[in-house]
Amino acid sequence: MKDKPQGLLISPIKDGTVIDHIRAGAALTVLRVLGITGQTDEELSIATNVTSMTGGQEGRKDIVKVSKRELLKEEVDRIALISPHATINIIRDYIVVEKKGVEIPKHLSGIVRCTNAGCITNANEPIKSSFEVTEAGLHCLYCDTVITTDIESHII
Amino acid sequence: MKHIISIKDFGREEIDSLLARAGAIDAAPQIRQTLAGKQVALLFFEPSTRTRMSFASAVSRLGGTTITVDSVEGSSISKGETLADTVRVVSSYVDAIVLRHPKEGAARLASEFASVPVINAGDGAGQHPSQTLLDLYTIRQSMPLEGIHIGLLGDLRYGRTAHSLAYALSNYDVTLHTIAPPTLELPESLVAELHRRGCTVQEHEDITSLIPELDVIYATRIQRERFPDAASYYNVGESYRITPEILEGHKDGMIVLHPLPRAGEIDPRVDAMPCARYFEQARNGVPVRMAMLEEVF
Repeated sequence: MKDKPQGLLISPIKDGTVIDHIRAGAALTVLRVLGITGQTDEELSIATNVTSMTGGQEGRKDIVKVSKRELLKEEVDRIALISPHATINIIRDYIVVEKKGVEIPKHLSGIVRCTNAGCITNANEPIKSSFEVTEAGLHCLYCDTVITTDIESHII
Repeated sequence: MKHIISIKDFGREEIDSLLARAGAIDAAPQIRQTLAGKQVALLFFEPSTRTRMSFASAVSRLGGTTITVDSVEGSSISKGETLADTVRVVSSYVDAIVLRHPKEGAARLASEFASVPVINAGDGAGQHPSQTLLDLYTIRQSMPLEGIHIGLLGDLRYGRTAHSLAYALSNYDVTLHTIAPPTLELPESLVAELHRRGCTVQEHEDITSLIPELDVIYATRIQRERFPDAASYYNVGESYRITPEILEGHKDGMIVLHPLPRAGEIDPRVDAMPCARYFEQARNGVPVRMAMLEEVF
Protein backbone atom coordinates (compact mmCIF):
# COMPACT_ATOMS: atom_id res chain seq x y z
CA MET A 1 0.00 0.00 0.00
CA LYS A 2 1.28 3.42 -0.91
CA ASP A 3 2.12 5.95 1.81
CA LYS A 4 -0.31 8.79 2.24
CA PRO A 5 1.05 11.69 0.12
CA GLN A 6 2.69 14.37 2.22
CA GLY A 7 2.92 18.08 1.52
CA LEU A 8 0.75 21.11 1.35
CA LEU A 9 -2.95 20.70 0.82
CA ILE A 10 -3.10 24.08 -0.85
CA SER A 11 -0.34 25.74 -2.76
CA PRO A 12 1.44 28.99 -1.76
CA ILE A 13 0.26 32.30 -3.15
CA LYS A 14 2.42 34.97 -4.76
CA ASP A 15 0.70 38.08 -3.43
CA GLY A 16 -2.19 38.38 -1.02
CA THR A 17 -3.28 37.34 2.45
CA VAL A 18 -3.24 34.06 4.28
CA ILE A 19 -5.66 33.89 7.16
CA ASP A 20 -4.47 31.04 9.33
CA HIS A 21 -5.68 29.45 12.57
CA ILE A 22 -9.31 30.19 11.81
CA ARG A 23 -11.58 28.28 14.15
CA ALA A 24 -12.35 24.93 12.52
CA GLY A 25 -15.47 25.23 10.41
CA ALA A 26 -15.52 29.03 10.34
CA ALA A 27 -13.80 29.62 6.98
CA LEU A 28 -17.02 30.11 5.10
CA THR A 29 -18.17 32.70 7.62
CA VAL A 30 -14.85 34.50 7.16
CA LEU A 31 -15.45 34.58 3.41
CA ARG A 32 -18.94 35.93 3.94
CA VAL A 33 -17.79 38.82 6.11
CA LEU A 34 -15.02 39.62 3.64
CA GLY A 35 -17.69 39.90 0.96
CA ILE A 36 -16.18 37.06 -1.06
CA THR A 37 -18.91 35.21 -2.92
CA GLY A 38 -19.19 33.10 -6.04
CA GLN A 39 -19.74 36.33 -7.94
CA THR A 40 -16.41 37.92 -7.01
CA ASP A 41 -13.16 37.25 -8.86
CA GLU A 42 -10.60 36.68 -6.11
CA GLU A 43 -8.36 33.64 -6.46
CA LEU A 44 -9.07 31.61 -3.34
CA SER A 45 -7.81 28.58 -1.53
CA ILE A 46 -9.74 27.25 1.42
CA ALA A 47 -8.82 24.47 3.78
CA THR A 48 -11.21 23.39 6.45
CA ASN A 49 -10.70 21.06 9.40
CA VAL A 50 -7.00 20.59 8.70
CA THR A 51 -4.61 19.48 11.42
CA SER A 52 -3.27 22.34 13.44
CA MET A 53 0.28 22.08 14.72
CA THR A 54 -0.56 24.50 17.52
CA GLY A 55 -3.56 22.64 18.85
CA GLY A 56 -6.55 24.86 18.27
CA GLN A 57 -10.04 23.47 18.47
CA GLU A 58 -9.42 19.74 19.01
CA GLY A 59 -6.29 20.10 16.88
CA ARG A 60 -8.19 21.37 13.83
CA LYS A 61 -8.28 24.69 12.05
CA ASP A 62 -9.34 26.38 8.82
CA ILE A 63 -7.12 28.36 6.46
CA VAL A 64 -8.14 30.89 3.80
CA LYS A 65 -5.75 32.22 1.18
CA VAL A 66 -6.84 35.21 -0.86
CA SER A 67 -4.65 36.26 -3.77
CA LYS A 68 -3.97 39.88 -4.70
CA ARG A 69 -5.77 41.30 -1.69
CA GLU A 70 -4.37 42.71 1.55
CA LEU A 71 -6.96 42.97 4.27
CA LEU A 72 -8.03 46.31 5.72
CA LYS A 73 -8.20 46.89 9.47
CA GLU A 74 -11.99 46.81 9.41
CA GLU A 75 -11.88 43.41 7.74
CA VAL A 76 -9.40 42.10 10.28
CA ASP A 77 -11.70 43.33 13.09
CA ARG A 78 -14.54 41.31 11.62
CA ILE A 79 -12.37 38.19 11.53
CA ALA A 80 -11.41 38.74 15.17
CA LEU A 81 -15.08 38.48 16.14
CA ILE A 82 -15.36 35.12 14.37
CA SER A 83 -12.03 33.67 15.33
CA PRO A 84 -10.02 35.58 17.92
CA HIS A 85 -6.97 33.32 17.51
CA ALA A 86 -6.66 33.77 13.75
CA THR A 87 -3.43 35.12 12.28
CA ILE A 88 -3.09 37.34 9.25
CA ASN A 89 -0.09 36.85 6.97
CA ILE A 90 0.52 39.37 4.24
CA ILE A 91 2.34 37.79 1.32
CA ARG A 92 4.36 39.66 -1.32
CA ASP A 93 6.23 37.71 -3.94
CA TYR A 94 5.80 34.44 -1.99
CA ILE A 95 7.35 35.95 1.14
CA VAL A 96 5.51 36.66 4.37
CA VAL A 97 6.19 40.38 4.83
CA GLU A 98 3.88 40.83 7.81
CA LYS A 99 2.39 38.43 10.31
CA LYS A 100 -0.03 39.57 12.96
CA GLY A 101 -2.69 38.26 15.27
CA VAL A 102 -6.17 39.68 15.34
CA GLU A 103 -7.63 41.60 18.21
CA ILE A 104 -11.22 42.57 18.90
CA PRO A 105 -11.15 46.37 19.13
CA LYS A 106 -12.78 48.13 22.09
CA HIS A 107 -15.20 49.84 19.74
CA LEU A 108 -16.89 48.41 16.66
CA SER A 109 -18.31 50.85 14.15
CA GLY A 110 -20.42 49.56 11.27
CA ILE A 111 -19.24 45.99 11.79
CA VAL A 112 -22.13 44.34 13.63
CA ARG A 113 -25.85 44.84 13.10
CA CYS A 114 -27.86 45.53 16.27
CA THR A 115 -30.20 42.66 17.12
CA ASN A 116 -32.87 45.06 18.35
CA ALA A 117 -35.27 45.65 15.46
CA GLY A 118 -36.39 48.85 17.18
CA CYS A 119 -32.87 50.32 17.27
CA ILE A 120 -32.41 53.49 15.23
CA THR A 121 -29.30 51.95 13.60
CA ASN A 122 -31.65 49.51 11.83
CA ALA A 123 -33.71 52.35 10.38
CA ASN A 124 -32.89 54.17 7.18
CA GLU A 125 -30.56 56.71 8.77
CA PRO A 126 -27.09 57.87 7.70
CA ILE A 127 -25.30 56.28 10.65
CA LYS A 128 -23.23 53.19 11.31
CA SER A 129 -23.97 50.80 14.13
CA SER A 130 -21.77 51.44 17.13
CA PHE A 131 -20.84 48.94 19.82
CA GLU A 132 -18.48 48.95 22.72
CA VAL A 133 -16.94 45.60 23.51
CA THR A 134 -17.56 44.72 27.15
CA GLU A 135 -17.14 41.60 29.28
CA ALA A 136 -20.88 41.03 29.06
CA GLY A 137 -20.91 41.23 25.24
CA LEU A 138 -21.33 43.88 22.56
CA HIS A 139 -23.13 46.92 23.94
CA CYS A 140 -25.04 49.03 21.38
CA LEU A 141 -24.25 52.68 22.07
CA TYR A 142 -27.55 53.77 20.56
CA CYS A 143 -30.15 51.50 22.17
CA ASP A 144 -28.18 49.78 24.99
CA THR A 145 -28.88 46.27 23.68
CA VAL A 146 -26.14 43.84 24.71
CA ILE A 147 -25.44 41.06 22.19
CA THR A 148 -24.12 38.09 24.11
CA THR A 149 -24.57 35.14 21.77
CA ASP A 150 -24.25 34.29 18.09
CA ILE A 151 -22.33 37.47 17.32
CA GLU A 152 -21.06 35.91 14.08
CA SER A 153 -24.43 35.92 12.39
CA HIS A 154 -24.84 39.65 13.02
CA ILE A 155 -21.60 40.72 11.38
CA ILE A 156 -22.37 43.04 8.49
CA MET B 1 -23.17 72.09 23.86
CA LYS B 2 -24.98 69.85 26.30
CA HIS B 3 -27.59 67.22 25.45
CA ILE B 4 -29.70 65.12 27.81
CA ILE B 5 -30.06 61.71 26.24
CA SER B 6 -29.90 59.00 28.87
CA ILE B 7 -29.92 58.79 32.64
CA LYS B 8 -26.85 56.58 32.21
CA ASP B 9 -24.89 59.65 31.15
CA PHE B 10 -25.52 61.16 34.60
CA GLY B 11 -23.34 60.59 37.62
CA ARG B 12 -24.72 60.92 41.10
CA GLU B 13 -23.48 64.48 41.53
CA GLU B 14 -25.12 65.60 38.30
CA ILE B 15 -28.42 64.01 39.32
CA ASP B 16 -28.26 65.64 42.75
CA SER B 17 -27.46 69.02 41.24
CA LEU B 18 -30.34 68.79 38.77
CA LEU B 19 -32.79 67.73 41.47
CA ALA B 20 -31.59 70.60 43.66
CA ARG B 21 -32.18 72.99 40.76
CA ALA B 22 -35.71 71.59 40.31
CA GLY B 23 -36.26 72.10 44.05
CA ALA B 24 -35.16 75.73 43.81
CA ILE B 25 -37.53 76.28 40.86
CA ASP B 26 -40.36 74.66 42.81
CA ALA B 27 -39.69 76.83 45.85
CA ALA B 28 -39.84 80.05 43.84
CA PRO B 29 -42.75 79.55 41.48
CA GLN B 30 -42.63 82.98 39.84
CA ILE B 31 -41.91 82.98 36.14
CA ARG B 32 -38.21 82.74 35.36
CA GLN B 33 -36.69 84.23 32.24
CA THR B 34 -33.89 81.76 31.50
CA LEU B 35 -35.37 81.00 28.07
CA ALA B 36 -36.55 84.54 27.26
CA GLY B 37 -36.34 85.05 23.51
CA LYS B 38 -35.59 81.36 22.92
CA GLN B 39 -37.59 78.88 20.89
CA VAL B 40 -37.77 75.17 21.60
CA ALA B 41 -39.01 72.59 19.08
CA LEU B 42 -41.12 69.83 20.59
CA LEU B 43 -40.74 67.03 18.05
CA PHE B 44 -43.13 64.31 19.14
CA PHE B 45 -43.20 61.50 16.62
CA GLU B 46 -45.13 59.30 19.02
CA PRO B 47 -48.28 60.01 21.06
CA SER B 48 -47.72 61.69 24.40
CA THR B 49 -49.88 63.85 26.60
CA ARG B 50 -48.11 64.42 29.90
CA THR B 51 -44.56 64.66 28.62
CA ARG B 52 -45.42 66.98 25.73
CA MET B 53 -47.65 69.26 27.78
CA SER B 54 -45.29 69.45 30.72
CA PHE B 55 -42.34 70.30 28.45
CA ALA B 56 -44.50 72.99 26.81
CA SER B 57 -45.44 74.31 30.23
CA ALA B 58 -41.80 74.20 31.37
CA VAL B 59 -40.60 76.20 28.35
CA SER B 60 -43.35 78.74 28.82
CA ARG B 61 -42.61 79.16 32.55
CA LEU B 62 -38.99 79.84 31.65
CA GLY B 63 -40.07 82.65 29.30
CA GLY B 64 -39.51 80.73 26.06
CA THR B 65 -41.80 79.69 23.23
CA THR B 66 -42.40 76.34 21.54
CA ILE B 67 -42.99 75.02 18.04
CA THR B 68 -44.62 71.61 18.11
CA VAL B 69 -44.75 68.69 15.70
CA ASP B 70 -46.94 66.05 17.25
CA SER B 71 -47.44 63.37 14.65
CA VAL B 72 -45.51 61.64 11.92
CA GLU B 73 -48.38 62.22 9.49
CA GLY B 74 -47.97 65.96 9.64
CA SER B 75 -44.21 65.92 9.22
CA SER B 76 -41.57 65.43 6.56
CA ILE B 77 -40.84 62.01 8.11
CA SER B 78 -44.00 60.78 6.36
CA LYS B 79 -42.38 61.81 3.06
CA GLY B 80 -39.43 59.56 3.81
CA GLU B 81 -37.05 62.12 5.28
CA THR B 82 -34.53 60.71 7.70
CA LEU B 83 -34.56 61.82 11.31
CA ALA B 84 -30.98 63.02 10.80
CA ASP B 85 -32.11 65.45 8.08
CA THR B 86 -35.17 66.56 10.05
CA VAL B 87 -33.03 67.37 13.04
CA ARG B 88 -30.43 69.23 10.98
CA VAL B 89 -33.13 71.40 9.44
CA VAL B 90 -35.07 72.02 12.65
CA SER B 91 -31.80 72.96 14.39
CA SER B 92 -31.62 75.99 12.14
CA TYR B 93 -35.02 77.23 13.29
CA VAL B 94 -34.84 76.83 17.06
CA ASP B 95 -32.55 77.01 20.08
CA ALA B 96 -33.19 73.50 21.42
CA ILE B 97 -35.01 70.31 20.46
CA VAL B 98 -37.11 68.08 22.71
CA LEU B 99 -37.57 64.78 20.91
CA ARG B 100 -39.87 61.80 21.36
CA HIS B 101 -39.44 59.06 18.79
CA PRO B 102 -40.51 55.41 18.50
CA LYS B 103 -36.99 54.12 17.72
CA GLU B 104 -34.54 53.38 20.49
CA GLY B 105 -31.40 55.45 20.20
CA ALA B 106 -33.20 58.15 18.17
CA ALA B 107 -32.23 60.90 20.61
CA ARG B 108 -28.56 59.81 20.51
CA LEU B 109 -28.67 60.04 16.72
CA ALA B 110 -30.40 63.44 16.90
CA SER B 111 -27.67 64.78 19.20
CA GLU B 112 -25.07 63.80 16.60
CA PHE B 113 -26.77 65.77 13.82
CA ALA B 114 -28.30 68.70 15.69
CA SER B 115 -26.52 72.02 16.05
CA VAL B 116 -28.60 72.87 19.15
CA PRO B 117 -29.09 70.97 22.43
CA VAL B 118 -31.31 67.87 22.29
CA ILE B 119 -33.39 66.58 25.21
CA ASN B 120 -34.70 63.04 24.97
CA ALA B 121 -38.40 62.91 25.82
CA GLY B 122 -38.54 59.14 25.32
CA ASP B 123 -37.17 56.95 22.54
CA GLY B 124 -39.26 53.83 22.02
CA ALA B 125 -38.63 51.25 24.71
CA GLY B 126 -35.34 52.99 25.48
CA GLN B 127 -34.55 55.99 27.62
CA HIS B 128 -36.83 58.61 29.12
CA PRO B 129 -34.55 60.61 31.41
CA SER B 130 -37.05 63.31 32.38
CA GLN B 131 -39.40 60.63 33.76
CA THR B 132 -36.57 59.11 35.79
CA LEU B 133 -35.51 62.46 37.16
CA LEU B 134 -39.03 63.37 38.20
CA ASP B 135 -39.42 59.95 39.83
CA LEU B 136 -36.25 60.57 41.84
CA TYR B 137 -37.38 64.10 42.62
CA THR B 138 -40.71 62.84 43.97
CA ILE B 139 -39.02 60.27 46.19
CA ARG B 140 -36.59 62.89 47.45
CA GLN B 141 -39.46 65.20 48.37
CA SER B 142 -40.48 62.60 50.95
CA MET B 143 -37.21 61.00 52.04
CA PRO B 144 -33.49 60.96 51.37
CA LEU B 145 -32.37 58.66 48.57
CA GLU B 146 -30.20 56.70 50.98
CA GLY B 147 -30.86 53.52 52.93
CA ILE B 148 -34.37 53.08 51.59
CA HIS B 149 -36.24 50.03 50.30
CA ILE B 150 -37.95 50.49 46.96
CA GLY B 151 -40.40 48.00 45.48
CA LEU B 152 -40.72 47.95 41.70
CA LEU B 153 -44.02 46.34 40.79
CA GLY B 154 -45.62 45.24 37.53
CA ASP B 155 -44.19 44.76 34.07
CA LEU B 156 -40.49 45.08 34.76
CA ARG B 157 -39.37 43.43 31.53
CA TYR B 158 -40.71 45.95 29.04
CA GLY B 159 -41.32 48.94 31.30
CA ARG B 160 -38.64 51.48 30.40
CA THR B 161 -39.46 53.72 33.37
CA ALA B 162 -38.66 50.90 35.80
CA HIS B 163 -35.38 50.13 34.01
CA SER B 164 -34.17 53.72 34.02
CA LEU B 165 -35.26 54.31 37.60
CA ALA B 166 -33.53 51.13 38.79
CA TYR B 167 -30.34 52.21 37.02
CA ALA B 168 -30.49 55.73 38.45
CA LEU B 169 -31.16 54.41 41.96
CA SER B 170 -28.02 52.28 41.72
CA ASN B 171 -26.12 55.55 42.22
CA TYR B 172 -27.48 55.53 45.77
CA ASP B 173 -27.39 53.14 48.70
CA VAL B 174 -30.84 51.64 48.24
CA THR B 175 -32.30 48.14 48.23
CA LEU B 176 -34.43 47.31 45.21
CA HIS B 177 -37.22 44.75 45.54
CA THR B 178 -38.73 43.52 42.31
CA ILE B 179 -42.22 42.04 42.17
CA ALA B 180 -43.25 40.95 38.68
CA PRO B 181 -45.37 38.27 37.01
CA PRO B 182 -43.45 35.33 35.53
CA THR B 183 -41.96 36.30 32.14
CA LEU B 184 -42.21 40.00 33.00
CA GLU B 185 -39.29 40.08 35.46
CA LEU B 186 -36.50 42.64 35.24
CA PRO B 187 -34.17 41.56 32.39
CA GLU B 188 -31.25 39.46 33.64
CA SER B 189 -28.74 41.73 31.92
CA LEU B 190 -30.07 44.71 33.88
CA VAL B 191 -30.03 42.80 37.17
CA ALA B 192 -26.41 41.82 36.47
CA GLU B 193 -25.54 45.45 35.71
CA LEU B 194 -27.23 46.64 38.91
CA HIS B 195 -25.24 44.07 40.88
CA ARG B 196 -22.02 45.21 39.21
CA ARG B 197 -22.86 48.73 40.29
CA GLY B 198 -23.14 47.53 43.88
CA CYS B 199 -26.91 47.65 44.13
CA THR B 200 -28.84 45.07 46.17
CA VAL B 201 -31.69 43.57 44.16
CA GLN B 202 -34.13 41.11 45.73
CA GLU B 203 -36.77 39.34 43.68
CA HIS B 204 -40.18 38.51 45.15
CA GLU B 205 -43.28 36.79 43.89
CA ASP B 206 -45.76 38.52 46.11
CA ILE B 207 -45.95 42.05 47.49
CA THR B 208 -48.18 41.41 50.52
CA SER B 209 -45.51 40.15 52.88
CA LEU B 210 -43.12 42.83 51.66
CA ILE B 211 -45.34 45.84 52.39
CA PRO B 212 -44.05 46.53 55.95
CA GLU B 213 -40.46 46.77 54.62
CA LEU B 214 -41.01 49.20 51.76
CA ASP B 215 -40.44 52.96 51.77
CA VAL B 216 -41.52 53.37 48.15
CA ILE B 217 -43.81 51.33 45.90
CA TYR B 218 -43.26 52.12 42.23
CA ALA B 219 -46.10 50.50 40.28
CA THR B 220 -45.97 50.23 36.50
CA ARG B 221 -48.57 49.42 33.92
CA ILE B 222 -49.04 45.80 32.91
CA GLN B 223 -50.01 45.84 29.28
CA ARG B 224 -52.78 43.66 27.94
CA GLU B 225 -50.76 42.72 24.84
CA ARG B 226 -48.15 40.93 26.97
CA PHE B 227 -50.63 38.14 27.71
CA PRO B 228 -52.03 35.43 25.45
CA ASP B 229 -55.66 35.96 26.51
CA ALA B 230 -57.90 38.25 28.52
CA ALA B 231 -58.32 35.74 31.37
CA SER B 232 -54.59 35.44 32.16
CA TYR B 233 -54.21 39.22 31.88
CA TYR B 234 -57.08 39.70 34.32
CA ASN B 235 -55.69 37.15 36.79
CA VAL B 236 -52.21 38.65 36.77
CA GLY B 237 -53.58 42.19 36.87
CA GLU B 238 -55.61 41.39 39.97
CA SER B 239 -52.65 39.97 41.86
CA TYR B 240 -50.50 43.03 41.13
CA ARG B 241 -53.13 45.59 42.01
CA ILE B 242 -52.45 48.06 44.81
CA THR B 243 -55.47 48.38 47.09
CA PRO B 244 -56.00 49.91 50.55
CA GLU B 245 -56.20 46.33 51.89
CA ILE B 246 -52.82 45.36 50.39
CA LEU B 247 -51.28 48.48 51.88
CA GLU B 248 -52.37 47.65 55.43
CA GLY B 249 -49.40 47.62 57.78
CA HIS B 250 -47.22 49.83 55.58
CA LYS B 251 -44.39 51.89 57.08
CA ASP B 252 -45.05 55.43 58.20
CA GLY B 253 -44.11 57.77 55.38
CA MET B 254 -44.28 55.08 52.68
CA ILE B 255 -45.24 56.48 49.27
CA VAL B 256 -46.87 54.96 46.19
CA LEU B 257 -45.70 56.16 42.76
CA HIS B 258 -46.81 55.35 39.21
CA PRO B 259 -45.58 56.94 35.97
CA LEU B 260 -49.22 57.07 34.70
CA PRO B 261 -51.37 56.45 32.81
CA ARG B 262 -52.60 53.66 35.06
CA ALA B 263 -54.78 50.84 33.80
CA GLY B 264 -56.16 49.41 36.99
CA GLU B 265 -52.84 48.81 38.78
CA ILE B 266 -53.88 51.16 41.57
CA ASP B 267 -57.33 51.05 43.07
CA PRO B 268 -58.90 54.55 42.89
CA ARG B 269 -59.60 54.24 46.64
CA VAL B 270 -55.85 54.60 47.19
CA ASP B 271 -55.99 58.11 45.66
CA ALA B 272 -57.32 59.56 48.91
CA MET B 273 -54.64 57.93 51.08
CA PRO B 274 -51.69 60.11 52.18
CA CYS B 275 -49.25 57.67 50.58
CA ALA B 276 -50.67 58.27 47.08
CA ARG B 277 -48.12 60.51 45.36
CA TYR B 278 -48.60 59.70 41.69
CA PHE B 279 -50.46 62.89 40.84
CA GLU B 280 -47.84 64.91 42.71
CA GLN B 281 -45.26 62.94 40.70
CA ALA B 282 -46.94 63.99 37.42
CA ARG B 283 -47.02 67.61 38.60
CA ASN B 284 -43.30 67.41 39.35
CA GLY B 285 -42.73 66.91 35.64
CA VAL B 286 -42.84 70.67 35.18
CA PRO B 287 -40.13 71.84 37.64
CA VAL B 288 -37.91 68.89 36.72
CA ARG B 289 -38.23 69.62 32.99
CA MET B 290 -37.62 73.31 33.69
CA ALA B 291 -34.40 72.30 35.46
CA MET B 292 -33.41 70.11 32.49
CA LEU B 293 -34.03 72.96 30.04
CA GLU B 294 -31.96 75.33 32.17
CA GLU B 295 -29.24 72.70 32.24
CA VAL B 296 -28.82 72.67 28.44
CA PHE B 297 -29.12 76.43 27.87
